[in-house]
Amino acid sequence: MTYETIIGLEVHCQLLTASKIFCGCRTRFGDPPNTNVCPICLGMPGSLPVLNRTAVDYAIRAALTLDCDIRPRSIFARKNYFYPDLPKGYQISMYDQPLAVGGHLDIEAGGARRRIGITRIHMEEDAGDLRSPEEAHAYYSALRNLLVDIGVTDGNMEEGSLRCDANVSLRPKGQAAFGTKAELKNLNSFRFVQKALEYEIRRQTQLLDAGQRVAQETRLYDSEEDKTYTMRSKEEAHDYRYFPEPDLLPLLVEKEWIEEVRKSLPAKLLSQRREEYITAYGLLAQVATTLTSSQPMADYFEATATAAGDHKAAANWISGEVLARMKEGGFDIVVLKSKLPPERLGGLIARVKDGTVSGSTGKEVLETILRTGQDPDEVIRSSGLAQVSDEGALEEAIEKVVAASPGQLAQYKAGKTTLLGYFVGQVLKATGGKANPALVNRLLKERLDR
Amino acid sequence: MTDPSRATIAELRDLVVSGRMSASEICKAHLGRTRAVDDRVKAYRSVLERQALAEADAVDRARRESRPLGPLAGVPIAVKDVLCTQGTPTTCGSRILENFVPYYDATCVARLREAGAVIIGKTNMDEFAMGSSTENSAFEVTRNPWDLTRVPGGSSGGSAAAVAAGMVPAALGTDTGGSIRQPAALCGVPGLKPTYGRVSRYGLVAFASSLDQAGPFGRTVADVARILQVIAGHDPLDSTSAPEPVPDYLGGLERGIAGLRIGVPKEYFPAGLDAEVHGSVRAALAAAERLGASIDEVSLPHTEYAIPTYYIIATAEASSNLARYDGVRYGLRAAGAPDIAQLFRKTRNAGFGAEVKRRIMLGTYVLSSGYYDAYYLKGQKVRTLIRRDFEDAFRRVDLLITPTTPSAAFRIGEKVDDPLAMYLSDIFTVTINLAGLPGMSIPCGLTRDGLPIGAQIIGPRFGEDVVLRAAAALEGAMQFRDRHPPLPR
Repeated sequence: MTYETIIGLEVHCQLLTASKIFCGCRTRFGDPPNTNVCPICLGMPGSLPVLNRTAVDYAIRAALTLDCDIRPRSIFARKNYFYPDLPKGYQISMYDQPLAVGGHLDIEAGGARRRIGITRIHMEEDAGDLRSPEEAHAYYSALRNLLVDIGVTDGNMEEGSLRCDANVSLRPKGQAAFGTKAELKNLNSFRFVQKALEYEIRRQTQLLDAGQRVAQETRLYDSEEDKTYTMRSKEEAHDYRYFPEPDLLPLLVEKEWIEEVRKSLPAKLLSQRREEYITAYGLLAQVATTLTSSQPMADYFEATATAAGDHKAAANWISGEVLARMKEGGFDIVVLKSKLPPERLGGLIARVKDGTVSGSTGKEVLETILRTGQDPDEVIRSSGLAQVSDEGALEEAIEKVVAASPGQLAQYKAGKTTLLGYFVGQVLKATGGKANPALVNRLLKERLDR
Repeated sequence: MTDPSRATIAELRDLVVSGRMSASEICKAHLGRTRAVDDRVKAYRSVLERQALAEADAVDRARRESRPLGPLAGVPIAVKDVLCTQGTPTTCGSRILENFVPYYDATCVARLREAGAVIIGKTNMDEFAMGSSTENSAFEVTRNPWDLTRVPGGSSGGSAAAVAAGMVPAALGTDTGGSIRQPAALCGVPGLKPTYGRVSRYGLVAFASSLDQAGPFGRTVADVARILQVIAGHDPLDSTSAPEPVPDYLGGLERGIAGLRIGVPKEYFPAGLDAEVHGSVRAALAAAERLGASIDEVSLPHTEYAIPTYYIIATAEASSNLARYDGVRYGLRAAGAPDIAQLFRKTRNAGFGAEVKRRIMLGTYVLSSGYYDAYYLKGQKVRTLIRRDFEDAFRRVDLLITPTTPSAAFRIGEKVDDPLAMYLSDIFTVTINLAGLPGMSIPCGLTRDGLPIGAQIIGPRFGEDVVLRAAAALEGAMQFRDRHPPLPR
């Protein structure tokens, strides 16, 4: 039978706050165990949680970016269960009154655009509805890029900054009611999300085709074997006994707070800027992707392009030569900006464009700027790298070369016009490579054809 | 020479400031009194002799060096064992925390220390503040100084008994459903439960977070006001602590109650009320009237639902608050558990007493899927109705006066096997916690058997100043201060 797949993702994203959500301890990954702890996060008797306002700022940012409705009043709730690493015996979460509801995210998967609905945003999680593992993959990675873009998370999956659980169920095509769902855990990479879902859909299809039922349960994905296993059945499911957290006041988010956060958001999302680079400036998709890897990178590109007066040239320089230098030198966009301000790079590109230096000389100038921090014009002037565009000087050089090559001149006159290249090479050599090649070409042609 | 075991805070501080008596001498006098009577009363879980003397010595040194002395300089204070004290055991009356030593002070304890108080000991209590007699302490039963065969009330029975027996001039207790006011009444001392949010709960080991509140016992109403002045006020570590400014409680104390409108809720004087309790509270009301207050009957119609509502909300929160005692990080850890689930089970089974287990089970039940709406949610709705009862009443009157308890101190063992009878001893106090209001018990007479009777003064939110003013006026009128329990001097 043909089935329809329904997939829901629950994405957990660690916010990039300097301190934890309910105490002042730092959140740095990799610090020694038991250093960033206090009575509050250890759940010591008598300790109480205090909400970190920055965490709310970030959650509001995410909610605005995903077009969710931010609720003016939300309530923290306790989710009660026993676990060795759960110090209080309950988790402070949000339950029936979350921070934000009803948003969406547009994705591209399999060549098609799809708008994925977002049910809700907690201070810690959100969920959507998807129809294929490929869509789930595309949604998860688009969501990650977006959350990294607006600065609320570093999106690092190896350090657990981003985690995801998936619910999946099948129903015969045309049936309105949802089938029984299985919850998949341990999906700690984009690839695993897709692979685990693919496996689970095959498994459920086989069960249904054989006339069996899908059990409602939580399953664990084993990436080595590429299989999912039963973790706990519905009978063993927790009754979390949610109730409003009495240690925290209701979270009130006034309009002013939302507006304040809105002001701190990037003017344009990276996905919007990428789109614009392709359509307005005619950049290749791949180049546009490179230039929109982060907001500072896109800012750098645009500043450079403005200074150079040419978006395409700026794009090619940054995605080619400049990126290669960054890789070589092992420095990031922040360092790049201080070593090579966009105005300086733009100035250099303009000098190449107006013929002051050739493209290959421009690369040498770039090296020098990176090494010395000098201005491009200064480098060109002091090292005498400027092209000779003085017609008088060039004509003098041309006369010398023609006089020294009577044989080649005769052959040229006899019709072997390909010898023009020989004459150009000789002139460039005579001028130490500084002659403007285009000008040399024109003047030589005039002289030889005379 | 002033007898330090009967002196007020103001008198003790004067002795220290004037140099007529050192803080160390005052501390030693109270330690001596404790040695003389506490083997019979058993008010203390631990007496912090060495530390207390060191703290007293620091006050004396400050005086010698002419450094400023705090408002409680050299005043010994006892602290209920549910409030965290840095470096000293905080057991909560439970086996599960028998060896627990916090490395932080509760905010109210820290504020006492800053004010120059000397923390002299930790007082006995019902396990995790669950009880009305201290009989639920895992360690010992505290006795009522007025009659050693009777209970001191609870759960802050140790603090009330320590003050009543002259072992300390003031003590901190906590009150979730009457745990300050009921023992204050039974031991014949003033005791105040402040408005919810008036005193920080940071470091108060939680029983029911939306009801818990710490407050003082003292020898006099003025002493209670002095302690409240120090411990009240917003604390950034407790999001539920109130930002409202703290008024000058002492300043208005002598203003009297002429012109105040006092409400008498008829539901608090039921037909079967103990005649002696009824008589004493009526006498207090008559005294108030003589002092110029007007008395009006009012109604709090949802009073009859208070006990079930309280036992739903308090136990629900407790079931969650007590989940952290699992043997993993601190406190008791049961030996021989083969896996983590067994460790949890064995530790909690061995560490909690019967009443605590009963309330955890009750609370777990009322929050369970399928029962939440019928119990917890309904309980919250009734709580709102009870709060509205009081709001309505306080539109008409300034204060309410009721009996604190339905009877005077009962005999040890009398109610231990009947939880419901025990719960009903809080029938006049739990509503005030549900409504988040300030309530104070002051002694208003003795029964024929020589047992204290308490009157409860209830104020509007953050109306501690008015409550204390009325308490001070009635204290003067009732002449109770010269009565002392029949303990040897």
